[in-house]
Amino acid sequence: MINRRSTLKSMALGAVSTLAIAAVGISYAQAENKELKIGFVGVTSGPAAAWGTSNVRSMQTRAAWINETGGVKIGNDTYNVNIVTFDDQKDPKRAIAGMEKMAQEGVHYVVGPNVDDGAAAVRPVAEANGIIYFPYAFPKALYQKPASNAVLGMIANYQSGPAIYKYLKENKGVKKIAFVAANESDPLSQRDGGVEAAKALGLEIVAQNDTYQNDTRDFTPVLTPIVALKPDLLVLSGVAPANAPLLIRAARELGYEGLISTETAQDAKVLEEGAGEYANGFISVGGASTPEIASDTMKEFVTRYTKMFGEYNDESNTKVYALEYILDTLKANPAAINDVAEFKKTMDTFSAPNPFLKGDAKLGYVGTTSFGQKRQLSVPMVVNEYKDGAFQTLFVGSVD
Amino acid sequence: MEQVIANGLYLGAQYALIALGLTLIFALMNVLNFAHGQMYVLGGFITYTVYGQLGLPFVVALLASGATLAVIGALMEKFLFRTVIRRSHREESTMLLAAATAFFFDAVILLLFGEKQRGVPKIVKGVFNDAGIIMPYDRLVVGALAIVFIAAFVLYMQYSRVGRAMRALAQDRVAAQLMGVRVDRYSMIGFAMGAMLAGVVGGLLVTITGVNSGIGGPISIKAFLMVMIGGAGVVGGAIAGGLILGMMESVGLTVLREYGDVTYLVIFAALMVFLSIRPNGLMGKPWG
Repeated sequence: MINRRSTLKSMALGAVSTLAIAAVGISYAQAENKELKIGFVGVTSGPAAAWGTSNVRSMQTRAAWINETGGVKIGNDTYNVNIVTFDDQKDPKRAIAGMEKMAQEGVHYVVGPNVDDGAAAVRPVAEANGIIYFPYAFPKALYQKPASNAVLGMIANYQSGPAIYKYLKENKGVKKIAFVAANESDPLSQRDGGVEAAKALGLEIVAQNDTYQNDTRDFTPVLTPIVALKPDLLVLSGVAPANAPLLIRAARELGYEGLISTETAQDAKVLEEGAGEYANGFISVGGASTPEIASDTMKEFVTRYTKMFGEYNDESNTKVYALEYILDTLKANPAAINDVAEFKKTMDTFSAPNPFLKGDAKLGYVGTTSFGQKRQLSVPMVVNEYKDGAFQTLFVGSVD
Repeated sequence: MEQVIANGLYLGAQYALIALGLTLIFALMNVLNFAHGQMYVLGGFITYTVYGQLGLPFVVALLASGATLAVIGALMEKFLFRTVIRRSHREESTMLLAAATAFFFDAVILLLFGEKQRGVPKIVKGVFNDAGIIMPYDRLVVGALAIVFIAAFVLYMQYSRVGRAMRALAQDRVAAQLMGVRVDRYSMIGFAMGAMLAGVVGGLLVTITGVNSGIGGPISIKAFLMVMIGGAGVVGGAIAGGLILGMMESVGLTVLREYGDVTYLVIFAALMVFLSIRPNGLMGKPWG
């Protein structure tokens, strides 16, 4: 006898069966996909955790998105992307161990390390084991011949710095410039590059030797003598996102009224919480998420990242690209999947649409001017200005 | 120069406050608490959450930071350090345990609060600017609170029953026990107080310097520096160490700025020479 209860029971059983079949079908389809391992070696713990965390989370977000939508088709095969991660704790020795782990796991493409000494340390391991890696480190020797396995993942300070100073000289009347940097290899080399660029532009450098310990919590003593020199522009060379708001706040509280800039990526929320309205006008290098230039894909990336990790990090605007480049280059030449020599060949001619920007922007490898060979990702050089809790695009440049 | 001295005094008061909890725990238990910086960070994040995120009054946030860390400190003493001290005759066992708890806290804080630098709205707005001195009012408030806290702490240790018991413990653990002092109880209270101080200072300073999950280690190292200068286990030593370090930093960063980052090089070199002459620091005996 058919009654309401048995009808509901049948419907419930039917629904469960359908879901089970669908689940089996999906898992079967996913199981059919091959696995493509992409590595990450970078810093995700300790004082510099913000550098690598935004990096690896960008990769994990994009990989989950790709896998959810059926994987990535390379040649005749479809792959699920598996991000293999290693926290190098900003220690070159651990970075080497991380790269060796990648080699043992058969990974050929690795994003990171995040800092200069780590990127330099892993070079022999990467070259000996056929690994192409994408550091966020600026030493030119990594990308110039005879080096060939490192590909710079972002815009270097010696590329963005001159453009920023030139813009500020021409548009804001900057004449006197001061530099302050943490006493570490990355910020110091960025400061030296900035000083050279400022000299080339004919700017008067009023301070260039002032440094601070990276774990400084109160920057008033550091900035007191610099502010007294009244520069038009204060450059926070290679400043870590954790220190930027503290430096800005200390400078403004000491009465500094000039411009403040950096060539590193920053996070708007961190600036808002740490410096509030003092951060208004702060100039930094961004990526692709400002409303003026972000595509729908970029907006969805931000939404997915936020959903996955609870909060977006604006530093990811510059770090969203590396995985995309790896996958698109492999799509362009499937033979490169286990052969980095093929990957290198493809880099010279590779071109694909840039999914993260509005309009007809392209992905492609650049770096000929700076390194003599194409060993840099072409990402937009977006110079941002912070204003009331968000970044606004000041200007967009490019690197060749 | 007025500004440099003002910067040094403020920095010194801030540092002294950070070092107090560390020196208290060392004095009572002979434990170098490597997790002191992490406790400071946790206190900062609790204030960030309660005051910055939930919008409750700053005082409530500060109390929450202090209370939470006091409970954590008491539990750590009861279940970790007491057990290790009882079972191990090697002093380095407690150091290893402290280092392990520091790593543990680092991981937990990173997991709970993320990798970003966090900050809260200023508790007092505006900047004092007169007689060649520029000092934001919130720093003046924090500096004044630091002095009040330090004075209250010293008075408490000097005149309260608990304070006397803890001083007795620090001077001679066995003698104190023979005189009827409940060693376990006062050790736990002392550890809880040390942790509470770290939490309160973290909560207080989050309004000035913000907080992030990676600064625990560097904070601990700076606190050790101050304790080494002043003399381990001596409250006055921690205060003196903090003030000396703050002043050296402020003067060094101004006078030596043209030579790059040599301020800490000079500080460390001076410390090595100083310790070779006075290995126990300025006031190096427990509770003098």
